[in-house]
Amino acid sequence: MKAIIDIDNIRRDFIVGEETVHALRGVTFTINEGEFVTIMGTSGSGKSTLLNILGCLDTPTSGEYRLDGTPVRTMTKTERAVLRNRKIGFVFQNYNLLAKTTAVENVELPLMYNSSVGATERRERAITALTRVGLADRLYHKSNQMSGGQMQRVAIARALVNDPAVILADEATGNLDTRTSFEILVLFQELHREGRTIIFVTHNPEIAQYSSRNIVLRDGKIRDDIVNHDIQDATVKLAQLPVNDD
Amino acid sequence: MNFTNLFKIALKAINANKMRSFLTMLGIIIGVASVIAMLAIGQGSKVSIQQNIAEMGSNMIMIRPGADQGPGGARQSADNMETLTLADYESIVNQNKYLAAVSPNVSSGGQLIFGNNNYQTSVTGVSEGYLTIRQLKVESGVMFDESDIKTSAKVCVIGKTIVDNLFPDGSDPIGQIVRFNKIPMKVVGVLKSKGYNSMGMDQDDIVLMPYTTVMKRILAQTYLSGIYASAVTEDMTDLAIDDITSILRANHRLREGEEDDFSIRSQEELSSMMNSTTSMMTTLLACIAGISLIVGGIGIMNIMYVSVTERTREIGLRMSVGARGIDILSQFLIEAILISITGGIIGVLVGMSAAFAVKSVLHWPISIEAWTVALSFIVCTITGVFFGWYPAKKAANLDPIEAIRYE
Repeated sequence: MKAIIDIDNIRRDFIVGEETVHALRGVTFTINEGEFVTIMGTSGSGKSTLLNILGCLDTPTSGEYRLDGTPVRTMTKTERAVLRNRKIGFVFQNYNLLAKTTAVENVELPLMYNSSVGATERRERAITALTRVGLADRLYHKSNQMSGGQMQRVAIARALVNDPAVILADEATGNLDTRTSFEILVLFQELHREGRTIIFVTHNPEIAQYSSRNIVLRDGKIRDDIVNHDIQDATVKLAQLPVNDD
Repeated sequence: MNFTNLFKIALKAINANKMRSFLTMLGIIIGVASVIAMLAIGQGSKVSIQQNIAEMGSNMIMIRPGADQGPGGARQSADNMETLTLADYESIVNQNKYLAAVSPNVSSGGQLIFGNNNYQTSVTGVSEGYLTIRQLKVESGVMFDESDIKTSAKVCVIGKTIVDNLFPDGSDPIGQIVRFNKIPMKVVGVLKSKGYNSMGMDQDDIVLMPYTTVMKRILAQTYLSGIYASAVTEDMTDLAIDDITSILRANHRLREGEEDDFSIRSQEELSSMMNSTTSMMTTLLACIAGISLIVGGIGIMNIMYVSVTERTREIGLRMSVGARGIDILSQFLIEAILISITGGIIGVLVGMSAAFAVKSVLHWPISIEAWTVALSFIVCTITGVFFGWYPAKKAANLDPIEAIRYE
């Protein structure tokens, strides 16, 4: 198995006024290709800090982080931006789509910052990604003309378009109603089955049973790291839910 | 990062926020439009003031006999000196390089009589060029011509005051015979009224005759009491004075070191007044124009700055999908430049239409010069970039973690 994410005893300290806050106090784990990992924890457990580090938005105070074999800790801001562009797909709780911009243009965004992809290829890849998430008929809808579920699908398509080593989802179902949440979860499970590596940060314990592994953080340390051998199928649960009337 | 993509990104961002882009542009539009309208109106008034002053005869040069010392060192009155002659006048006419018109000047006082009306005045013997020099116009009838001068014709052109005094019943003076010191003269023309000058002298109390007539038939003298000339433009007055000086010195066979036996005066007072008026006007306009542009620039900075805050999430998102600081900086700068240039073009059009509106509604003189348009356009673009730089830099330095979670 190829290790996509390899973190070794990372610590992250923040200096707030006179005090030093230890957000992460020595976290070590490896995530292999094709895993669907949920990272859980209450607020203040350090899961946001960990997500920032995994997403190369932040660097650890000490310890080493290798993303797809590349050491990240000593990289400059600009190098990390390029790394994010090529290796990571983000999905946010509040979608973060560009306002008044079509779905296809939103999905093209990461490729706009990659000069090795030409305009024609960019458009083709965006359309492929949108088709993959089931929005082939809404390519030219603007972000403000779509429902929350549709916007999150656009965001997932945007995360897929650069063919990343890992997809980082931050409370990706947090703003959605139950049924739409499960629809998105079904999509994540499908992507997992296709061999994608997914890290899903959430505080909803229910989601853990649909992933292949669950890491629980508490006070900046790993409390539990359990491999789930009995992955539930989200489509089953979705079928049980009442259909939205409105 | 390739520039085409950045350009597309900036264009899309402007397009997605038409209202905000328009408001940003508005500052520049108003700035450029007011500069252009202001300069057009200002230049227009400047030109019209210059014309008005020129009409008062700012190009006029007066040559008087003078600096001549009689026996025993007593200075004589210029009128009695005999150093300026027709030969001098002819040399100036033939040799000058910077003059538009030259006229001799001889005058004689006396009584002008028509019927039972009379008026005490003086007659001035001149050539046709005198009209140009003094900015006089013949209102009715004609000016005497070259052949009248050759034949010392007994003709005269009279001013409004003379007409009022000799023809109080309103009859047409043209063709009438008036008598000056018992010499009958035919009135051939009447001058357009000029009113009083700034010294309180009546400029319509004037009788013009061919200089030959005054010299031969009235005064019986061979010398001139002065020569009037007019430089081609006001700027050339000094050159013209030097030119005339050398012509006259050669004519009078003055050796180096000898004093001039004539004196030349120009309307320095008028021209210095004109210069100070126009330079004050230019400074004033430049100040107003500068303020307008700074206000426009601050408008751009203001909205760009607010826009960075408003767009923090967007910037955070762009950074999380791999935009580097330089990409964000370039995007914001390109947006600022595009907005400034578009605003500049619209501003030029609005400013020019405003100027033409002022011209057609208020009938003020306007003058739009290419350099004012070019200048305000260039300055607005530079202002846009200059004031766009700071917010762009601020956007580029945002922390993506903070930015993406910004509410």
